[in-house]
Amino acid sequence: MSKLGLWGLKKSPWVYHLAAAPCNNCDIEILELLTPRYDVERFGVVLVGSPRHADALLVTGVINRKSLPRVLEVYEQAAKPCLVICIGSCTCNTHIFRNSYNVVGPYDKHLPVHAYIPGCPPKPEAMILGVVKALSKL
Amino acid sequence: MSGFWQGAWTGWRLAFSLLVFPGFLFSVVIGFVLSWVDRVVTARVQYRKGPPFVQPFADLFKLLLKQTIVPEGASRLVFLLAPMLGMISMTITAVLLFNVNLNPQGSFVGDLIVLVYLFALPPLGLIIGASASRNPLSAVGASREMTLYFGYELPFLLALVVPIIKTAQVSGGIWTIRLGHIVMAQQQAGPFLYSVSGVIAAVLVLLAVQAKLGLVPFDQAEAEQEIMTGVYAEYSGVALAMFKITRAMMLFLLPLFLITVLWGGFGDWWAILKFLAIVVLVILIRNTNPRLRIDHALRFFWLLLGGFGILAVILAYARL
Ligand code: SF4
Repeated sequence: MSKLGLWGLKKSPWVYHLAAAPCNNCDIEILELLTPRYDVERFGVVLVGSPRHADALLVTGVINRKSLPRVLEVYEQAAKPCLVICIGSCTCNTHIFRNSYNVVGPYDKHLPVHAYIPGCPPKPEAMILGVVKALSKL
Repeated sequence: MSGFWQGAWTGWRLAFSLLVFPGFLFSVVIGFVLSWVDRVVTARVQYRKGPPFVQPFADLFKLLLKQTIVPEGASRLVFLLAPMLGMISMTITAVLLFNVNLNPQGSFVGDLIVLVYLFALPPLGLIIGASASRNPLSAVGASREMTLYFGYELPFLLALVVPIIKTAQVSGGIWTIRLGHIVMAQQQAGPFLYSVSGVIAAVLVLLAVQAKLGLVPFDQAEAEQEIMTGVYAEYSGVALAMFKITRAMMLFLLPLFLITVLWGGFGDWWAILKFLAIVVLVILIRNTNPRLRIDHALRFFWLLLGGFGILAVILAYARL
């Protein structure tokens, strides 16, 4: 990775919001990030509509038998390097759905995860902190 | 031997003007600064702070580093060549426009028709690339882009007839489409904008510029909320960067073109203020309007603006 490209990646992470069966609460907190109060465009974060443009997948929700193949497909469609950032307790450790019949475990069993942001839902500040930590690891 | 050196010098100057100033490098840098202005003004309108100055450059370097994916089943060659079409045509446009403005008497041939065709190439590249990408959302985007292109081209061309008529009136009945003559006529008789037909023509060109840039209310081809950035949906990495570069250059060159044909050319330093005024106007229109439906946009361009275009031509003919 060239230095300039790495700098660009840190300064302009475009995020794709991948909602895999969440309760919708985490999603609303993600959208909160784009509002004037938090304005993550200050850091170059832009919400993109196509996984091909994504530098980070913000995944929410507990992964189950139905959503797993879709999630994997979206991850494969994303142009690499692409971070996976788990938002919410559902994604980190399957939360209260742990013993459900169709839950197939937390994300890190299936995908390389770069940051865990626990909380139900996590605060927007926590999400910003998590993304910053994931980027500074690069 | 001196002939050889002269040839080398001419070649070097040509390469310099295409690649550095006023061609590729210069217009890309200015275009990126303008796209930063666009994002910051948009943010301010929404009571946000907006991205830092280096943001467009960070976006570019990141895209250059990323993987470029060619979708399965897509036509590889066409898919990867399409983004270059717009970039090359905008580079040539930059050279033509600057030469006309810095040296209107110059003997090289740069006329209105050439520029109209050069400005038609970026949407064409977009349509070709999107159609080659084998994505249903891109196909919808491509068809919308095509409809929109046919829509805005009618008032755009009608509006461009106005400076031609006015140039003929100023220069005593000699019909010409040379950009140099249009600029010189404006230096003689004042900018064409300061007349009724000039104002109508400028508004028409401004709306066509809005549509050419794919900004709201005419961003149907890439509507994020409906078709996931439509025409760009399958592009990633370097190919997407080329589209971003083309877009940035257009943000620089289209207002420049408007100034050249209707607002007195780029002769003095006032031109920079005029230029910024047009850019800010475009950004404000973008931020205060909803997206039109594609058939409404077509009707708007053909019936309403087409009518105004004909009116502008008649008024220009009547020396108003
Ligand atoms: S972590 Fe909590 S808020 Fe987020 S999706 Fe799961 S249950 Fe909903």
